[in-house]
Amino acid sequence: MLVPVRRFAYLLPVTLFLVLAGFFLRGLSLDPSEVPTALADKPMPEFDLPAVDDDTRGLATADLAGAVSFVNVFASWCLPCRAEHPLLTTLAEAGTVKLFGISYKDKPADARAWLDELGDPYERIGADLDGRIGIDLGVYGVPETFVIDRDGRIRYKHIGPITQRDLDKHLLPLIERLRQ
Amino acid sequence: MLTLFLAWAGLQPMPAPAFENDVPLADPAMEDRARELSRLFRCLVCQNQSIFDSDAELALDLRRVVRERIAAGDSDEEVTDYLVVRYGDFVLLKPPFKPRTYLLWLGPALIVALAIIGVAVFFRRRSQVAAAPLSESEQARLAALLDDEPSS
Repeated sequence: MLVPVRRFAYLLPVTLFLVLAGFFLRGLSLDPSEVPTALADKPMPEFDLPAVDDDTRGLATADLAGAVSFVNVFASWCLPCRAEHPLLTTLAEAGTVKLFGISYKDKPADARAWLDELGDPYERIGADLDGRIGIDLGVYGVPETFVIDRDGRIRYKHIGPITQRDLDKHLLPLIERLRQ
Repeated sequence: MLTLFLAWAGLQPMPAPAFENDVPLADPAMEDRARELSRLFRCLVCQNQSIFDSDAELALDLRRVVRERIAAGDSDEEVTDYLVVRYGDFVLLKPPFKPRTYLLWLGPALIVALAIIGVAVFFRRRSQVAAAPLSESEQARLAALLDDEPSS
């Protein structure tokens, strides 16, 4: 027993180094500020949010059934929301997903001005004035985007603005899978 | 040194609690419970602060939820579950003890145990390696050395 242990003992530091380096390498691509949703594969919590104003329709859980959809949590005071807005508009116009919005802790007038300026690609928008529904959904920042399947289950939550890269790498393949 | 530090720390102004926008519960006992409980939950925006310590908007909202649940008669466990269902275990500053976290909780003890075993094995082996008896030529050389008076 003694001999083989001695013979390979010199490999021990190298092995330890490789194991640690492996963990560190993995850590480089992890973002601790992204906390995956605790609601994955659970039904969307029940809510019934009023409309932003008379020109739009409010959003309730029941509206989500029937099609693969995005529920995009946004606010006019959120700069990254502005950045992802053109991409969401393209998606909605192409009919890739049904696009719903939740206006998070925003004054209706501000939300209205934002929609007038950038365009309103949303089928329905619920106004979560005090952020209470946001808490039920586990929202901790804007923008966040929930991917909902046809049965109204949450399948994924994207944290932060959606980029073309996110779409190509994760979101479009996921939508494709959910549509089948 | 420690007393010096404590004396110094005692002179420092305490950070103002982040409660200026909070509406405390009417019942002081309930309010105390809400405050104690909110020390246990992580503010997901600042991550290493509890919602008790944090000035973030979300922390304020979560403190309101904690008060709401307590006012509704929830036990501490029920309030905790309420937040964990929505935000996951990450909202707890102290990770729960369950299969996924066994390694986290038991890892340090495991490493200490391995180290103790390693050290024990090392010393046992060392004491077991008995010195080999001297050969005849070594004996002769030893005798010669001992006989040789340090004359020079």
